Amino acid sequence: MAEPARAQPRKPVAVAKPAVVLKPAKAAAKEEAGPVVAYAGATVHLGNGEVIQDATVVIANGKITQLGKGLAAPGGATLLPAKGMVITPGLVDALTSIGLIEVDLESSTRSDHQLAVSNDSVHAGFRAADAYNPASTVIAVARSEGLTSAGVIPTGGLISGQSAWVDLDGATAEEAIAQAPLALHVHLDSDAAGDGAGHGTAILKVREAFDDARTFQKSKAAWERNQTRRFAPSRLDLEALASALDQKLPVVFHVDRAADILAVLNLAREFKLRPVIAGGAEAWKVAPQLAAAKVPVFLFPLQQPSSFDALGAREDNAALLDKAGVAVGISTGETHNARKLRQEAGNAVRSGLPYEAALAAITRVPAEALGLGARYGTLAVGKTANLVVWSGDPLEIGTQVLDLVIRGHRLPLRSRQTALLDRYRRLPR
Amino acid sequence: MKSAPLLALLLVAGCGAAATPVPLVPRESPRPILPPPPWQAKVSEAEGYEMKPLAPPPAIVIRGATLMLGTGRTIAKGTIILDKGKIAVVAEGDLPAPAGAVVIDGTGKFVTPGLIDTHSHLGVYAQPGVSAHDDGNEMTDPVTPQAQTVDAFWPQDPSIERAVAGGVTAIQVLPGSGNLIGGRAVTLKLRPGLSPREMHVSGAADGLKMACGENPKRTYGGKQRAPMTRMGNLALQRTAFLRAKKLQEQWARWREQESTRIEADSKKRAVWESKRDERVQRAAWCKANEEPDPCESWRHKWAETPNEEPQPSEPIVTPDRDPGTETLVGALEGRVLVHVHCYRADDMLAMIALSDEMGFRIRSFHHALEAYKIRDRLATRQIAVSTWADWWGFKMEAYDGIPENAALVHEAGGRTIIHSDSEEGIQRLNQEAGKALASGRRAGVALTDDDALRWVTMNPAWALGVDHRMGSLEPGKDADVVLWTRNPLSVYALAERVWIDGFPVYERGKPHWSDFELGQTIESPMPPAVPALLGGIGGAK
Repeated sequence: MAEPARAQPRKPVAVAKPAVVLKPAKAAAKEEAGPVVAYAGATVHLGNGEVIQDATVVIANGKITQLGKGLAAPGGATLLPAKGMVITPGLVDALTSIGLIEVDLESSTRSDHQLAVSNDSVHAGFRAADAYNPASTVIAVARSEGLTSAGVIPTGGLISGQSAWVDLDGATAEEAIAQAPLALHVHLDSDAAGDGAGHGTAILKVREAFDDARTFQKSKAAWERNQTRRFAPSRLDLEALASALDQKLPVVFHVDRAADILAVLNLAREFKLRPVIAGGAEAWKVAPQLAAAKVPVFLFPLQQPSSFDALGAREDNAALLDKAGVAVGISTGETHNARKLRQEAGNAVRSGLPYEAALAAITRVPAEALGLGARYGTLAVGKTANLVVWSGDPLEIGTQVLDLVIRGHRLPLRSRQTALLDRYRRLPR
Repeated sequence: MKSAPLLALLLVAGCGAAATPVPLVPRESPRPILPPPPWQAKVSEAEGYEMKPLAPPPAIVIRGATLMLGTGRTIAKGTIILDKGKIAVVAEGDLPAPAGAVVIDGTGKFVTPGLIDTHSHLGVYAQPGVSAHDDGNEMTDPVTPQAQTVDAFWPQDPSIERAVAGGVTAIQVLPGSGNLIGGRAVTLKLRPGLSPREMHVSGAADGLKMACGENPKRTYGGKQRAPMTRMGNLALQRTAFLRAKKLQEQWARWREQESTRIEADSKKRAVWESKRDERVQRAAWCKANEEPDPCESWRHKWAETPNEEPQPSEPIVTPDRDPGTETLVGALEGRVLVHVHCYRADDMLAMIALSDEMGFRIRSFHHALEAYKIRDRLATRQIAVSTWADWWGFKMEAYDGIPENAALVHEAGGRTIIHSDSEEGIQRLNQEAGKALASGRRAGVALTDDDALRWVTMNPAWALGVDHRMGSLEPGKDADVVLWTRNPLSVYALAERVWIDGFPVYERGKPHWSDFELGQTIESPMPPAVPALLGGIGGAK
């Protein structure tokens, strides 16, 4: 006998017991007008630091329509008693390649980077959105741990291309993608430097690319008539770089070493970019400068001193940055292990990051830093209804996802992994 | 000659001192027992170099904490006493402290055995991950049983102290999985030392790292070398073990021949000695009694057949030394514990068939993401399963990994182990056990917190053959102990203090011990070169 599907949240055997067990979610209907659902009695963390006890959250048409303490559910709504449960905004990993990588070591299943057609390491024109696969088995696994959205990033090269914000649902890339392009990604960490060029050359090439794009912007007509000097990047690369110069695209700099972070701040000033620091192993060393420049940092709380660039990696990086007033986002930087996002945030709390800041680091901060704060990141009326219902503290290991909503749809918590579990829960022998 | 003894006896009985001397009969000498060659006698290459403390550590008493014993039992409020490097007392309630003991208030805190990681590359893939630190995979040949991590482990790897800060007190350092047979693994305690030999768990047998599946075939297939396929994997492993069996036979033959030779030499000498003694006695008798008969005929015979002293024969030449193949012989004879990196169920079953064919026992499978599919067979064969809580999908053979794997193996009666294979994961083995526990409970597997604790203490101790002295809080076991700020299965739990053999090796907030981190502009104040954690080395405490 196979076990019942995980869509029916079971009573956990010994973890914090929710007062009520939610009724199973039906397979989500895909029409835009979603169902009207009301969760009542939950402890709701809005994602902005505010916590409401005994709160009601009402969802209709894919949005949050009502939210407050002790509100009555509107007529016609499916009422889901959630007393003793915790509701948070859906979790976001802003630096993952979910949907681009199915199996890391099988290159035929990867679309996260532009294969080098030349020695050129500038692939600014490459778009993650072009390759996003909504059928990837990784998506449902990430959902099972509370992720509802992802910043899907390209990797490889110095300027690896443009990311996309996807909601982890949808049968097509068009359905899933909420924003693309999302940001331009520049790699100045030891991987890029390790290509033999070194940090100085890497920054030189990035400067050259932006400088070319600036000239290209100003002399586009001349360029079309072939009356400009040659530019190092290709035309689509130049277009993408120009969007960053126009501040339409934030630029996510993947960089670890304190000295390089300062170099990035200078570069961003020079070209008037909207920078975000990703990784930032040594960001704590330059926390005052980052705070003054109002540059957010997406970091990996489990970062190790894995390279000379990251020798200053420490567990309380997030705590120190937060204390200095830097907006801290937390990411796994992984694809299959993006499911570990809440554990990583829990580790940041263990190392001193205030609890609500840790929750914000996996909800509000990435949304705001990438320009999607109006639609995502917190629970508020009018925002996209991406939320998670938890059996308890979402950052604690024993806590489980009881219900998960993306754009107003309650999604069954099933995946290829639960199918395997069902098949092998009892051995046939 | 045949009647001589009887005659002699009659003479002795009847005539007293005047009797003719008793002819001596060579005794049956027992077949000689050859000592094992030295390479067989040693459980590990590191054996004999372990650091010995100059003075025993002070007694430690922790009162009021929850003691998770790793035996299935938890004491809600108890006392644990560490003395002379061992766990002396584990009991409920408050016990009086011995004189001179350091007393620690553990109220609200948790005490567990030190965590043990069966799968670590600390020291052989040290941080920072520069190319000079790639010392874990001797990928110049797919079969390198002669390689040993004890020869490569860098004790200044800054990850070591970070692992200790996560409550880990012992690790098995394995070669990587690029090779089919990667070499010898060594079991170390994470006390500061200047060489892995000083850190070795004395008496702990070395492991043998084998690998199946994708890694070896990817490593060598890409170079147009064998193995390029799983067929090649098994073929080369079989060939290697056949070579070992041949060496084993050569040694058996040598022992047989050498025993026979020594036995024959010894028999010859015994005959010579008895003849010699007999002649001496008879000569003395003849001299004393001056009787011509039978002395005349004796003298005649002695002159005709002189009793020449036999010379020892030449020893039989031993088989050629071959450390790699000798390691495989150790695996065949159970002196070296075999740990096999394997993901897929069919790969594991293929390795089990190979082990049956060749006659070695697999102590544990590592990674084993599909162990849940064959968990009954693994349990029956008592093959332990070292796995992660939730890793999956990073390669094809990891595609069917599920987070319930560990719990399902446990439920089937198998030995579940949560391992790290990661310098980051090793710092959070307690959390990983907690995750695997939560996944199991969600699937309806009945599990206690202590079950999950045993996945990172007692069960790894068994896999490494050290469960008689490590892995649980029981009197007489090594005082490898962790004091946690709260239940270690929580994400918020921090190891506050760690002891190894009763010596404090970690205290939250104390500086790093790795030489590498000295003088770097990292977080900490300058630490001493080598902390005086074990008596006699380094500077002041």
